[in-house]
Formats: sequence, structure tokens, C-alpha cells
Amino acid sequence: MSPVKLQEFHAKTLLSRAGLPVPPYAVASTPQQARAQATAYLEDGAAAVVVKAQVLVGGRGKAGGVKLARTADEAEAVADAILGMDIKGITVRRVLVAPGAEIVRELYLAAVLDRGRQRILLMGSAEGGVEIETLAVEDPAAIIRVHAHPHLGLQPFQAREMAFRLGLGDHLKQAVDICSGLVRVMLEEDADLVEINPLAIVREDGPDGPAETLQLLDAKITLDDSALGRHPGHEQMRDLDEEDPADIEARAAGLSFIRLDGDIGCMVNGAGLAMTTMDLVKRAGGEPANFLDIGGGARSDKVAQAMRLILSDPSVRAILVNIFGGIARGDEVARGLVEARSRQTRSVPMVVRIVGTNADIAAEILKDAGDDIVSAESLDEAVAKAVELAGSAA
Amino acid sequence: MSILIDKHTRLLVQGITGREGGFHAGQMLAYGTNIVAGVTPGKGGQTALDGAVPVFDTCAGAVGATGADTSVIFVPAFAAPDAIMESLDAGIRTIFAITEHIPALDMIAVVAEVEARGARLVGPNCPGATTPGEAKVGIIPGSIHRPGRVGLVSRSGTLTYEVVQAMTDARIGQSTCVGIGGDPINGSNFIDMLELFAADPDTEGVVLIGEIGGGAEEAAAEWKRANMPDTPMVAFIAGRTAPPGRRMGHAGAIISGSGGTAEAKISALEGAGIRVAASPTQIPQMLIEAGIAPD
Repeated sequence: MSPVKLQEFHAKTLLSRAGLPVPPYAVASTPQQARAQATAYLEDGAAAVVVKAQVLVGGRGKAGGVKLARTADEAEAVADAILGMDIKGITVRRVLVAPGAEIVRELYLAAVLDRGRQRILLMGSAEGGVEIETLAVEDPAAIIRVHAHPHLGLQPFQAREMAFRLGLGDHLKQAVDICSGLVRVMLEEDADLVEINPLAIVREDGPDGPAETLQLLDAKITLDDSALGRHPGHEQMRDLDEEDPADIEARAAGLSFIRLDGDIGCMVNGAGLAMTTMDLVKRAGGEPANFLDIGGGARSDKVAQAMRLILSDPSVRAILVNIFGGIARGDEVARGLVEARSRQTRSVPMVVRIVGTNADIAAEILKDAGDDIVSAESLDEAVAKAVELAGSAA
Repeated sequence: MSILIDKHTRLLVQGITGREGGFHAGQMLAYGTNIVAGVTPGKGGQTALDGAVPVFDTCAGAVGATGADTSVIFVPAFAAPDAIMESLDAGIRTIFAITEHIPALDMIAVVAEVEARGARLVGPNCPGATTPGEAKVGIIPGSIHRPGRVGLVSRSGTLTYEVVQAMTDARIGQSTCVGIGGDPINGSNFIDMLELFAADPDTEGVVLIGEIGGGAEEAAAEWKRANMPDTPMVAFIAGRTAPPGRRMGHAGAIISGSGGTAEAKISALEGAGIRVAASPTQIPQMLIEAGIAPD
């Protein structure tokens, strides 16, 4: 399981569906599409369009992934430049095209889960476009915080307080709607985070001359993976193009897996113990190739699948299996290891430490499984052996 | 003595006829836990665990008939918040929620209500607690424990077992071991448990097992400094080498921006006079150095 980070255009879909003021946008995966969309906005009166790379990594603007265009030709050219661009290792496959806005002022507004206070926290800053985490360190007083009531949610007076403190007294009704709306979207969509950065006061020409309104110019939403089951549409918003194929395979198998840069593959039950095993590998002078939690009660086929995942990384030179049986049974893990072993095409030395439930049966199973399986009693011993094996295999 | 549970605990198992609930109820009973009732809606009148435990349709029915005072919840995630509320409403004062993958936002109102009624919730997504030799509630293997005078509180599951085993191997027994769970919104935090340990005359020292993410370890360090300065305490933090921005299994375990790093936690703990082990196996020796005698 892993949380679903939404692309900007998906986040905007959820926000506009909730009735919040999201300016028009379109998504293009070819320069020609971007051109057609830009043409429509320009003909509709926009002075320019903005073309934005749709990637989940931060710093798109600095990387050159956000550009203005004043003509259809220009829009096609910048879309051509951005599509296929590499931003922090991610290839841009889609761009968002939107009419350019005349920004009067930028602000920051987000609804997040506050673990310390066990409430939904609405955070605002009169300074938009900034990294909120940087601001939290450099000028924490500049962040306005309001906690939603656990039963009643964000109440109108709280939304008004946020609006006034952000200096949005001239836009009170809209600001209150947006504050309440972010919390509502968070609750309705089961999000961990709904972030608008920037929220902007935008000047537009209306029938009675120029008018200023609040608009959600950029949006970031992260969904709680535990709640995906009750939102049938959400899983489809996961951007598989931006994920390591190993992550996708791991999720399908119900494994918690993160690929890292080292050469010692780790298979552990339990997240805390898996992190600890990685820490000890590093402390012993080795480099973990992954974080992998096979979870409680893993059956042999799941273990075999986990082993295939580890071995799919060509840089793995040794494998460390550390299982503390509780719900997980040692013999099931051992059977899975043997099964995976019988099918693997490349020989990698493996250190196995299985303690707890059915560890004795596991030892019997592994005894006959092959010379390249080294057993270990303690965690420290297992780690030392794995680091040594990886070193000698290098 | 101990905290949370002991031989007088009258335990109600919610979801006792399910696969997980049934298996672990059997383990708890075998450990000697006083299980007085089970609840599965629609199966009232039956018995579980080979006739050893009566099953009721509702928590209120179970509490009325058996005087249950503590519950443990094994029901699926979608039904678990409701199970907690039912237990609470039936007058149960101590609730352990083992269930994992409960949507975080569902827990906000539940946790607030538990607090408003002056009850205690441990979890969700936690392994439960053991008071060695007296009672075990949840899924921690009973065999790893040894009765003694060091309390243990942890955010992890199997890592807890590792530490308990190391303590037991070194003849350092435990008063109570409790896992508070890895979810972002949960019922009890480190400080809630430290308060109980501080008030327990038979707990002489405490082990705290934390992990990256959030600020709970830092808050616990501050509380310890102010409220139990003389109690020997050893800590361990998992995730020293975890890369920022990647969530390590638990919903809580993520380093975001400058917050939640192992370094910040270790420095706060050490600043409060708490020894921080670099490996779980160092914990027994550190406890001895802090003044805990093996028995």
C-alpha cells in the first residue's frame, strides 16, 4: 500500500467538482493538442497561456517545466520542449494548458492531518509560492493555523478568522468558501493533504471593468491509501508512469517495498524491524538495496514474490532475510524462500535469520535447501554476515 | 503491578469468531488472559474457543452479562471505528484496536469521543500489550516475555518483539510491554503510557521504541525530563538511514522536510538524559548501565 499522490490536473478535477474556483485547464500529451487548447483559450480572450509539466516532483518551475506562451505557435513550441523533458528523473508525459492569469497577490492555503493534535489543520500564509516547510523553519509565525473541530469540522467563524488574518477581508465570502471547501474535499475524498500553492487574487476584465477574484492556481492532493476501497475512482488516478515498476508489482502483491541504491537486498516482516535492519546494515558498512516489509501472516507465495522483487535489481549482491515470527510463521517464510530459490536464474548468497513462531521447522526446511543459504542466530550476526558476503561478491 | 492489564483484567474480544480474532484469542487464553466474552453480531448465544468463551451479539450484552472492563478489536478496518464506539458506549474503559488500515480521518472523531468520555484507546494498528505472567492482549508472542520491572512502549510491532527478546535473554524482565501503533491518528501516545509507568510503583525503568516521522518522541523526551527525571530510560529509533520523503510502511513513518528525522529525535532524547541505543541488542546493556539489575 502506498498513498496516492495526484497530478495537478487530477487534484483540480476534485477541487472543481467540489465547486471551488479552479481556472479552466486542459491536459495535452502532444504539442499539437497543446496548440489546439492554447488556440481555444487565446481566441476566448486570454492574453497568454501557461503550459505546465505534469509531474509529481517538486521544483517544476525551476527545472523549466512551466512556461508562458502568447501565441499558438509559441504554445506548441514550449509544449514540445516540456514534453519528454526529464525533471528529477521523471519524463514529462503530459502538460496542463491554462489561460494565463493576471496575479495581484499570491497566498498559501492547505488542509493537512495534524498528527500531534489529532485534528485536521488548516494552514495559511499571506506569502504564496513559497515552500511551506522552509517558511515553517524560517518564519513560523507567518503561518496561520486553525484546527477543525473533530465532530463539527471547520466552522464558519474559523474560516472567517483565517480569511481575515490572510488579509482577505475584501474577498471574505469567497475566502470562507475556499477554506471550508478544502476541509470538505479532504473529508469527502479521504485525503491526507489538500494544498493550494498558490491561492491567488486574480484580476480579470468583466462586464463592469476589471474585477478581482480568488482562484486556485495550483493544487496538490495526497490520498489516504487505507480509504481507497471506498473511492472506486481514486486508484485510477494513481500515476503508474511515475512509479518504479517494482513498486507497482510490490503493491499488487501486498508488499511494502522501496528501492534504494545499495547492494544488500533485505526481506523483513514489520516496518519498524525492516527500517532497523536497514539501519544496522548501514552501520556495519553495507548499503541496503531496498526496504521491504512482507507484512504479518505472509504466505509462502508472497515470500517467493518478494524474493523475485529483490532479485530483479541487478545490483543486489547479497540478501538478508530477517523474520521475527509472530503472526508470520517461520516455516511459511522458509517454504517461500526455497520455492523462489528453485526458480531463480542468478545465484546470490543469502543470509537467513528466522526466530519466533515455527523457527525450528524453518531451520529444518532450510537445512536441505542449498549451500548458498547461510543461517544466523542473532540480528547483529545476520547483518555482519550479509555485509561480508556482499563485500566479497563485489 | 503493571499498567493497562493484569490478572484481574476481564477481557472482551470483538471479532472473536473471525480468523485473526479466533486465532489470537486462543493464544491469549493459552497465556492465561482472563477472556470473559466475545462479540460477533449475529452469533450471540454461541461459544468460542471450544466452549471456553460465551459469544454475544452486542458489547452492551457482553458487558452486562460478564462485567468485561477491557476490549480488544480484531474486526475489519471498515467496521473497526464502529466497534470502538460500541465498546466505549458499553462502558469499556480500556480498548485495544489491533486492526490496521483504518482510514485516518475516521479516527479523528473516535479518538476525540474516547477522550471526552475519559476512556483509553490503544491503537489502532497496534500489537497490543502484555503484562508478563498475568495477561496478554493482542498479538505479541507470549513466549518472548519475562516478568520484571522494566516497562516498554513502542510504535512498532516485530521490532518490539526483537527488543523484548533481547531483554529477556539478558534476564531483564518487563512490567508491561505496550505497542501504541504506527498510525497517524491513534488513541494513545508515548506520554500517555509514560504517565502510567511513572505512576506504577513496580516499574523501575522504561524502554521507548520510536521511529522516524512526527514529533512524538521529542514530546516524550520533554515530558520525561520534566516528570520522571530519575527513572532510568533507554530508547531506540528506527529509520536512521531512511531516505526523506519515502514512507516506510507505517503511515506515520516518513521524514517530511526538516521534520521527523532520527537525528532530531535522538538529540531530543539524549538531551533529556535518555540513553539511545544504536542497535536493539545494545538495549539490555544500556539498561544495566542506567541502574537496572538483571534478575
